[in-house]
Parts: sequence; structure tokens; C-alpha cells
Amino acid sequence: MDIIISASPLYAVLVSLLAVVLIGVSGKNPNLRESWTIVAALIKFSIVVSMLPKILDGKIIEYTVFTMMPGLDLALRVDPLSMFFALTASLLWIITAFYCIGYMRAGKEKNQTRFYMCFAVALSGALGIAFSANLFTLFVFYEILTLCTYPLVVHKQTPEAVRGARRYLTYLLGTSIAFQLSAIFLTYFYAGTLEFTAGGILAGSASNTVITIIFVLFVMGIGKTAIMPFHAWLPAAMVAPTPVSALLHAVAVVKAGVFTLIKVILYVFGVDLLQELGLGVALAYVAAFTIIVASIMALRQDNLKLRLAYSTVGQLSYIIMAVALLTPSGITSALIAVMIHAFGKITLFFTAGAIYIAAHKTKVSELDGIGKQMPFTMFAFTVGALSMVAVPPAAGFISKWYLLLGAFEAHQLVLIGAIVVSTLLNAAYYLPIVYAAFFKPVPLGEGTEMHEAPALMVAPLVFTAIGTLVLFLWPTLLFDLAKLVLASVMGGY
Amino acid sequence: MIEFILGKYNYWICIALMMVGFYGMIAKENLIKKIIGMNIFQTAVFLFYISMSKVHGGTAPIEWHHAVVYDNPLPHVLILTAIVVGVSTTAVALALVIQIYQKYGTIEENRILELNRIEEEKNLEMNG
Amino acid sequence: MIAHFPILVIVVVLLAAPIVPLVGRKNWVFGWYVATGATLLSFLMSLSLLNTVLTDGRISYWLGNWEPPFGIEYVYDPLNAFVLVLVSFLAFMVAVYARKSLEAELQPDRLTPFYSMYMLFVAGLMGMVATGDLFNVYVFLEITSLAGYCLIAVGQKREALMASFTYLILGTIAATFVLLGIGYLYMATGTLNMADLAQRLPDLYQSKVVLTAFAFFTVGLSIKIALFPLHNWLPNAYTYAPSVTSTIMAATATKVGAYALIRVMFTVFQPDFEVTVVHVTQVLIFVSSVAILAGSIIAVAQTDIRKMLAYSSIGQIGYITLGIALMNEIAMTGSVVHILNHALMKGSLFLVVGAIVYKTGITHINDFIGLGKKMPVTMAAFTIAALSMIGVPLTVGFVSKWYLAIGSLDAGMWYLIPVILLSSLLTAVYFWRVIDNIYFKKPEKENADEQTPPGISEAPALMLVPTFALAALCVVFGIFASVPVSIAEKAAVMLLR
Repeated sequence: MDIIISASPLYAVLVSLLAVVLIGVSGKNPNLRESWTIVAALIKFSIVVSMLPKILDGKIIEYTVFTMMPGLDLALRVDPLSMFFALTASLLWIITAFYCIGYMRAGKEKNQTRFYMCFAVALSGALGIAFSANLFTLFVFYEILTLCTYPLVVHKQTPEAVRGARRYLTYLLGTSIAFQLSAIFLTYFYAGTLEFTAGGILAGSASNTVITIIFVLFVMGIGKTAIMPFHAWLPAAMVAPTPVSALLHAVAVVKAGVFTLIKVILYVFGVDLLQELGLGVALAYVAAFTIIVASIMALRQDNLKLRLAYSTVGQLSYIIMAVALLTPSGITSALIAVMIHAFGKITLFFTAGAIYIAAHKTKVSELDGIGKQMPFTMFAFTVGALSMVAVPPAAGFISKWYLLLGAFEAHQLVLIGAIVVSTLLNAAYYLPIVYAAFFKPVPLGEGTEMHEAPALMVAPLVFTAIGTLVLFLWPTLLFDLAKLVLASVMGGY
Repeated sequence: MIEFILGKYNYWICIALMMVGFYGMIAKENLIKKIIGMNIFQTAVFLFYISMSKVHGGTAPIEWHHAVVYDNPLPHVLILTAIVVGVSTTAVALALVIQIYQKYGTIEENRILELNRIEEEKNLEMNG
Repeated sequence: MIAHFPILVIVVVLLAAPIVPLVGRKNWVFGWYVATGATLLSFLMSLSLLNTVLTDGRISYWLGNWEPPFGIEYVYDPLNAFVLVLVSFLAFMVAVYARKSLEAELQPDRLTPFYSMYMLFVAGLMGMVATGDLFNVYVFLEITSLAGYCLIAVGQKREALMASFTYLILGTIAATFVLLGIGYLYMATGTLNMADLAQRLPDLYQSKVVLTAFAFFTVGLSIKIALFPLHNWLPNAYTYAPSVTSTIMAATATKVGAYALIRVMFTVFQPDFEVTVVHVTQVLIFVSSVAILAGSIIAVAQTDIRKMLAYSSIGQIGYITLGIALMNEIAMTGSVVHILNHALMKGSLFLVVGAIVYKTGITHINDFIGLGKKMPVTMAAFTIAALSMIGVPLTVGFVSKWYLAIGSLDAGMWYLIPVILLSSLLTAVYFWRVIDNIYFKKPEKENADEQTPPGISEAPALMLVPTFALAALCVVFGIFASVPVSIAEKAAVMLLR
């Protein structure tokens, strides 16, 4: 394994911080301000992509930014696993940047400068999480992400928004300080290091009881995974403007959560240790419970964004379950689902925002016949929904297929049952929307002429929908990266 | 036992004085009485230092050709400083009490605290 | 000249105390110049002292060239050189800030005396830190205290007088206890020099006299540092004193008290005295935990920002004593570094409050709505310091918590981690209410502009710069934490050897 010392991951993280300054300075001139966002997004994505060939070559890029205290370094490392998250976040930021401009201007939102600034910081946070080389660095960026998304969630500043954002912060900051930080303290104390190491750092350093406690603390402490009972922040955060929900709660924040958990499972505990203690299976069952309950909750929601939020809770637990199975196919599923789910879910949120802006509708029951008014939007919605349900040719099928394979490899029949049931539930809460949109008559008093959202909003959502299909047809990149990850954490596969 | 009690009578007196002073500082409502308590309290400690420096059969620590044994002069010096400190503290305390009397019209602690409470409630009402 | 820095560092400030009223008789501004200049000089000298200590080791300075134990000895080691730099730096920062702030808060004829008292206060603190003689500690303690009573009493409201009087009574009890403790130790050993005491005491550890002395010291100093439940004087004192006083007291006075406690527990007495003879550590751990939680919980209930910060200070003092009580090098490092960290955070927060008072006169957190737009730089400083108090990584608060937590684990007391983290959460609760008001709440009423008078803008640069500098240092020392930590580690190793 070759290690390249290079500062490019640092630049990738810093680009958007630089953009924050520029955005702040040019707050008076909206066009200039938004172009900074887009320029930064493009640069960030190209830096990430430029690192891709080296990673696919089996190399690893490392960079120590500084040593904070003895034993605590702020250090970055780019490996195949981080590429999954980094590619997803940086690519989708470009798309969201365009969408945001459309949404924020059409909705005439206030405080747009603050909005774009925090958005850019959030992206730095997300990439920092992706590239972190040790638990401390990860925790730093995890907290940055939490704090800088707070202004985004509270954006509207209505009492309702403040309440929702408070809950958001309470859950995320609360769990991370109360549980994750104690887990980090314990890990450092027993393992003597916080470095992410393939195969884990905790094995043999403490008694089984202690390791179990640390594991439980980590699972509870990574609140961004929205695993039950720490899921209530996700629906609460839906008070945010839709682009925020889209990027942060379908992509950056929740994916940061599952990514952190994957990283902790594979690089702090290690597959062997968890298998030995049976903790993976336990986590998988918790995840299965979350999936089923979240799906049922989603069924009961009439607010479109809330339904999507509960769907996210369920989908995240698919990823958690997949990695908790600790089998090659399971881990593969978890890794590729990070990107696949992101594309599907961002499409769905984009459509929800487009419907709100164009037709001022937020409820599922109001969507009868909307497919005639907003054909592009609803086409994209359909693709996203199919991906969530896991119907080919949407990419969601691949990840669920591997999830099932993984469950078979682990001989977990109950989990297979849970997956099947939840898939049916997914279908039950997504497909009626599609049906109603295209086949139910338009309500009286509304025309059937086309009435789409601004092009700046429709183009991104069509793009991500197509992306979802493309990932199904050409998933090679995902599998190449997944193989590299498996090779390092499971010693060849 | 009796010897233990009688033999150290100077310390017992110090302790008794200290407790008297302490009681005055804590329990009296009148601020002047508190200051008096404080003075007694401090004086008790001064006496403690002085009596501790007494050497059996010793004379005052001054240059005198008949003297064979001197009392220990160091605590005397120390306590001179402490007395100065005590006087300054009393001065500051009395100055404060004068100011308090001018602003509140009373020097009873419970009355002052009540006035404070009333004012605080008024402020709270103003803030809704 | 440099050879006399150990004493000049204090004399400069002490001499400034009588000079200020002389030059400031006609115009207080000259007094301010002297005060600021003296603290700056003193800060530079203390930096040089710290540098010397770190490169060449312990400095021993004989006052008037009298050999100890006959003369008074001033000793500088990594611990007190570190604390001295902290005290003089904050004294300088606050002095810079004071000019505008006091002009608004005090009657004009009180300005010159205030600066004079301020000099005495700082000189007393620095003396307590520098001296190697126990009785000298008492003298300087009383100098600071007396100056402190005056600094509090000049507050705008009449409550300040009563707050000052309460502090005077409790402070005198505390100082007299310390005096008694010194007396007992002298009785048992016949010396007042700390190094001498350290040599003679181990043979007398079983002596009742020594035990009594220890008890008087700990209780007396605990009152001075407002260790819960001996904290009664502190909230009102911080609330009603002028902002400058609250800041310097919160940032330095309690810290120096904590330093004195460390000195008595680890230099005069040796660590194994606390462990094997008096078993004070368990008690202190318990009391500190209660202080940490109680301070935070009561702070949550406050609506006046200064009271909230005051109770928060009581909790933070608990962190320092917790690290002392854990008796291992990691926790002690955390404790020493927290002396610096808390001074920076709380200093910055109180300066922000002073700036708000200067501009608007409000202290009730419900009235803070919309201040984020009007005073962006000040509020940014507040936010940074608040995040640091919560313990967000890359700020100094995280560094202290890290060392205390790992130190607790090292001592086998995992159950202290929930205490530390719970208080972090509570801190988040009470600061987030303020941050929400500053930035994210819309004014409820239409005529909201009446609450925060229109035309409020940033505080003047003389106030803004120290405020923001302290907040910035919270981040700088949070990122480059190895700088203070390495000094604190040296101090911890020295104390626990």
C-alpha cells in the first residue's frame, strides 16, 4: 500500500471555507455571491476527482495538518472508503448550488448570504469527515457540520423553525457530546491511539464488556445515523428550506452519520472483533427494527417532506444493517448505498421543493394529477421512488440486492424477512404518490397545462434522476472502490 | 486532663473569642455588629499568634544585657502586619456601611435584602 | 535589570497604584495611561520570566538579598510563571478595555481611584503568585481582597454595596482562616518559607497541629475560589460590579486562589500527605463534581446574563479542583491548563457583556434579540467563547475537558466522565438560549426596536480589540494547544513528583 503525502485533501476541505469569505464579502451582489458558490463547488469536485485515479491505483493520500496536543493530530487521509462519501457530497453540491439559486430566489428568502456561507461550511465539514484520518479529526468535522447546519435549519426564524432547529441541535450535539465523546475518551484511554486502522485498534486492548460499552456508546453517539430512538431530529429538521433538507438531510448530514459509523465499525473495532462479540448482529437487529418502524411511520405522513424524512430514517438503517452484517456483500452494499441513496433521495427532495415552489403544495393528498402539470418533476420523482423501493432500472436495486446477499451470507433469515417486508412498505408509501400524480384526475379548478418550477430547479432534479439510472447501468466505479475497501478491511476478497 | 485544659488556657481564650466573633459575623443582622464580630474574630487570631510566641521565662525581644531568653519576635512582627490589614478591612467595611446607609436608609441586613428583592421583582415585571 | 525582573514585575504595578491618583488628579485619562502602561510592562516582564524558567529552570530571588528562610524568597517555576503571565496579560487586556467601559459605567470622580485600586488588585494577585513565603501570600491575599471590595462597591446599582459587604465578611473569614493555618504551620515547624516547610513537614504529618493547619487552608482558600457550597458571595459580586471588575475577578482572582490551593496542597504539603494522611482527595472529587453540576444547573435557571456567567464560573472552578483532586499528571495538566482556558473564555464573555452594557444597558437575555446584526464582531466573540465553554473541539474548552476526562479514566474513575459531559450539555443549554436570541429569534412584537434602541452599532475599538483578542485566543490555544499544555505538563510533573 503506497502512501502519498499530499495536501490536496486539505485544499478540497478548505476551498469552501475560502468561498465562505468571498460569499460574505460579496453579500451585496447576489450574482457574484452565487457564482462564488458554484466556482468553489466545481473546484472542490475537481480536486476530489483528481485524487480518484491514485486511489483506484491502490494508493492512499495522507496529510497531517497540525498536531494539536500529543496524541491528537488533525490529519487527513484519502482512501477508497472516503472516496464514496467525498465524491457524493462534492458532486451533489454542484447540483444543489444551482438548485438553491432557483429555490431561494423563487421563494424570495431572507438572509441568503448567511445561508450560502453556512452551506459552504457544511460542505467543508462533510469533506473533512470523509477525509479524516483519525477519530479526533472526524469528531472535529462532525461537530462543525452540526453547528454550521443549525443556521440553515433555523433559516426561516419562525417560532416553529426555532423549535425544530432546537430539537435538531439537541439530538445531534447532545448525542455527540454525551455518548460519542465518551466513546472517544474510552477508545483513546484503552487503545492509546485514535488512528483509523484497517482491522481496528481496540482488539485486545480492553475487556469484552468495555468494548461492548464503547460500541454501544458509538452507536448512540453518532446521532446523525438517525437510528431509533435517536431519529426524531430528522423529521424536526424538515422545517428547513428544501435545498437544505435535500443536501444536508439526504446527503451530507445523514451520510456523514452512516459514513462515521461505517468507519468506526471497520477501522476502530474491526470486522473480526465485532463478529467475535456478536455486536454486528445486534446492531443489525436494531437497524431492522428502525427500518420497519420508520416505514410504518412514513406511511402515515401526509406531508411530503415528512414522508421523505421517515423514508430517510429507514433507508439509513439499510446501510447500517448492511455494514453490521460484517460480510463482504453486506459491506459492499453499505458502501455503494452511500452514493446510490444520495442520488435517489436528493432527487425526491428536489421534486418536493419544486412542487412547493411551482404549485405551493406540501401534502401528499394534494398531488392528484400533478404529473400533467409538472411532467419532468414527476418523472424524476418516479425514478427516485423506484430507487428507494429497489426496482430496476433504478440504482437502489443494486444496493438492496447486495444487502440481501449479505444477509444470506450471514445466515440471518429474520433480517431477510425484515428486508422483504420493508420493501413492500416502501412500495406502499411511494408508489401511490406516483399513481396519483399520473393517473388520478386533476382536481377541479386547476388547469392541466404545464406549470413547471424554474429551469434552475428542474434541470438539477432531472440530472440527479438520470444519475440514478446511470449508476444502475454503469456501477463499475462503485464496485472497484468497494473491492479496494474490502481488500483492506477483510484481508482480501 | 485538667492540666491539658488549664495548661493551654491561652488557646482556649482565643478559641472562645473566635467563636464569639464568628457568631457575630454570621448571625447578626446589623451590619455594624457584623463588623464588630469581624474585629473580635481577627483579634482572637492576633492573640493566638502573640501567645504562641511566648517562650517560658523569656523577656520582651529587645536588646537588654540581662536577658537570657527572648520571646520569639517573628510572630509579633507578622501580627503587626495583620493588625494593619485588620484596620484597613474595618475602614473599608465602615465606608461601605456608610454608603449602604445613604442608599438604603437602613443597616439591617434582612431589610436590605428585602429591598433588593422588591427591586428585582419590579425589574422582572418590567421585562414581562 | 533583568536579574531583578522577579520583583520588578510586581513593583511596577504596585508603584503605579499611588502614581495613578497623583497624575490623574486633574484628568483620569493620565491615570489610565499609567495603569495600562504598568500592566503592559509587567506582562512583558512576566513573559521574559516564563521564558527564563522554561529554558533555565527555577528562579529563586531573595528580597533585599536576605537569604531565606530569614528573608522573603520569590520563586518562579513553570506553574507560577505560567499563572503570572496569564494574570498580567488579562490585567493588561482589561485595562485597555476599561477606558471606555468605565467612563460609561462610573461617576467621573471615581475613575482615578478605580484605576489606583485596580493596580493594587493586580499587584496583590501577582504577589500571591510569585512569592515563596507563606505569610507573604496572606498579605497579598488581603491586598487583593481589599482592593477587590472597593472595585465591586463602585457598581452602578446600590446592590453592589451589599454584594461588596457580603464578600468582605466572607473574604475576611477566608483570609483569617488562612492566617490561622499559617500560624499553626509556623508553630509546628518554625518557618514560613514554602521550600523549608516542604522539607520539615513530612516528619510532622501525624501532628494534630499540621492537620488543623491544612483544614484551615483548604476551607479558607475554598471560600476565596468560591468552591460550591462556599460560593455565596460570588454571584452578586459579579452581577452588580462594574463590567471591568467582573471580568478581572472572574478571569484572574479565582484562578489565583486555585493556584494558591495547588501550592498549599502540592508544594507546602506533599501529594502523599493528601493521599495517605488526610484522604482529602475523595472529598474534593465529590465536592468538585457537585460544584460542576450545581453551577451548570443553576446557570440554566438564570435570565440575567451576568448571573448566568457567574454560576457558570462556579461550575468551572469545579473543573479546576477536580483536576487537582484526581492526583495524576494528566488531570493536573488539565487543571493547570484550565486555569488559562477558563480565564480566556470567561474573560471574553464578561467583556462582551460589558460591551453590550456600554451600548445598550441591557443584561436580560430575553432582550438580546437581534443583537447579532447590530454588533456582529462582539457577538462573534461571544459565540466563539460560548462554543469554547461547551467544549467544542478546536477551542480551549475541549482541551481542558480532554485532559480531565482522560485523567479521570487514568485514576480509574470512569463515573466522572458523565459528570463532565453532562455539564457540557448543560453549558450548551444555557449558552444556546443566548445564541438563539442573538441570531435566530425574530422580535416578537412589532415595536421591537424599542427593546434594543435603534442605531446600536459596534462598541468602540478600544473595547472591541481586547474582547475579540481573548475570543481569538480561545481558538488559537485550542488549535495550538501543545503550547500551553507543554508548560502545564511541566508544572504537573513538578507538583506530583
